[in-house]
Amino acid sequence: MAKKLLIGFIAVVVSLWFLTPVVLIVFASLTPSSDFYDPHKLFPTKLTLDHLYKLFVVLDGWRATLNSLQVAGLSIGLSFLVGLPAGFALTRYVFPGKNAFRLSILLTRSFPMMIIAVPLVVLYLKIGISDTLTGVALAHTSMILPFVVLITSSILSGISVEYEEAGMIFGLSRFGAFLKITLPLALPGLAASAIFAFIMSWNEVFIASVLTLINRTLPAHILNTAMTSPDYFKFAAGTVMALPAMVFIFFTRKYLMSMWGISLK
Amino acid sequence: MAQVILENVKKYFGQVKALDGIDLIVKDQKFVVLLGPSGCGKTTLLRCVSGLEKVTSGRIYFDGQDVTDLPPRSRNVSMVFQSYAVWPHMRVYENIAYPMKIKKYDREEIENKVEWAAKLLNIHELLDRYPAQLSGGQRQRVAVARAIVLEPAVLLMDEPLSNLDALLRVMMRSELKKLQERLGTTTIYVTHDQVEAMTMGDMIAVMSAGKIQQYGTPEEIYHKPANLFVAGFIGSPRMNFLEVEIQRGKREVFFISESVKITCPLKLSDKLRDFPQKRVTLGMRPEHIHLSRVESGYPLRGEVYFSERLGADTIVHFKVDEEKIVAKIPGDVILEEGGSVEFFLDLSKIHVFDPKTGRSLV
Repeated sequence: MAKKLLIGFIAVVVSLWFLTPVVLIVFASLTPSSDFYDPHKLFPTKLTLDHLYKLFVVLDGWRATLNSLQVAGLSIGLSFLVGLPAGFALTRYVFPGKNAFRLSILLTRSFPMMIIAVPLVVLYLKIGISDTLTGVALAHTSMILPFVVLITSSILSGISVEYEEAGMIFGLSRFGAFLKITLPLALPGLAASAIFAFIMSWNEVFIASVLTLINRTLPAHILNTAMTSPDYFKFAAGTVMALPAMVFIFFTRKYLMSMWGISLK
Repeated sequence: MAQVILENVKKYFGQVKALDGIDLIVKDQKFVVLLGPSGCGKTTLLRCVSGLEKVTSGRIYFDGQDVTDLPPRSRNVSMVFQSYAVWPHMRVYENIAYPMKIKKYDREEIENKVEWAAKLLNIHELLDRYPAQLSGGQRQRVAVARAIVLEPAVLLMDEPLSNLDALLRVMMRSELKKLQERLGTTTIYVTHDQVEAMTMGDMIAVMSAGKIQQYGTPEEIYHKPANLFVAGFIGSPRMNFLEVEIQRGKREVFFISESVKITCPLKLSDKLRDFPQKRVTLGMRPEHIHLSRVESGYPLRGEVYFSERLGADTIVHFKVDEEKIVAKIPGDVILEEGGSVEFFLDLSKIHVFDPKTGRSLV
């Protein structure tokens, strides 16, 4: 009993620790500007969607949101196109240099984006894809791809190879067995990792700001506009940025565990 | 239904020779068991027949057709996997129907076939369930139903009973065998369990180190083991082995060690007369060592140092001087540990092996 209480207490403290700032940000984003700067009001007396409206409509936030969605979609598509077969190869086949390959995937993460950013801009200018969504998507793909390879290999390794082999025995080709047997079984986990990839792209601000001027993604756009605006705009922007990630993680938390090979048993 | 012929099949994994030249003929409609300890290559051999594994060299024929380079789906084989591999995202019905769906059978035929297979395996009331809702035994039945529904040329089974509990295993053993006899499907069955092999197989191929050590009927394997490995692997408890020297008399041949001097039975001595070496290994099964006097019995006097009471039988470990010997006697006999006993070895049942090559000399 005492142990249960203690665990409950710790859970509450941890939850408060993480949720309080989020709640404060959300509240601030909904507070009318008059209430926001009134030192006598800790909590607003009424809520308004005014800031969010201005952020999206007046400041062109909707266009940036669309950009963000396109970039995220494109990078997810590209990174799964390349990463899923790589992840499959890592789990199902033995080949020389397999471990070195696995390690080198991780190594790509050791280059800070800041170092790559400038050469990337130069390169993009040369081949004419600077300030395009494709350009940002390619950069995001390079950021997401290592995760997709490692995550999909971990998800696929959780699916017994015998299911696939049974498919091949009973009339499917190797690719067919992957498509008809393994993929449906892996789908929940793959969806979770796609969402994870989405969040990575959605939240990425540095590359997006460097590579684009006009066609900005939402975080880059916010950095550019909202950060020079009053505080409640910043909070409104913060809410917009944080919400999708929180919602997605809430619904996929079960798979996030298996994605990283963590077992709760 | 098909006759399967393997010709000098080799499979190497890098430096490891998983299969080192396998020649095997599985006659049409026969039930052949590949038996051996883990790592002997039996599963690899099965996978080579299925096409899941490509052979390094050698040929595989089904009814005269060379299938060596065909993918699994073009070989008309089916397989029951050790883990059953019943697809978890499909209901039982869909699992059984799927092989036919891939091959584009029409709906009515699929329904009839699934019905037939489900009835045969007694899983009729499970057709709407998902595999996660089934017990191990039920999943096993689904896997078998899926494997026979297309009436394959060759049915392959990879230790299908090893994940079942002991009672169910005994039941499924006879059921699978009956099913195979009824369908007449050529079957290759992998197991490490000699009881399964002896009870189910029309023929047994005993394997070790990537080679077939002996291929024969269960009776041949038991009564005429071709070499030391087969002799030691088949039979429980294990066969007793005794290193002895041969002494050739005028008419008779003797086996001599520090603890025994056995007169070789006449029908053996003829074969041993020309054997050039001095030493041989005698093999005697525990069940051929009796408490009561038998005809052509050789007395073994010794001291009991351990006995395992199994109920129906008692396994007695005793020492003749320094030689440890195991005997299997009826369970109602109780022998004191440390007491002295006299057993009789049935000389008509002994085996003689060349200790160098391991080959049987009789």
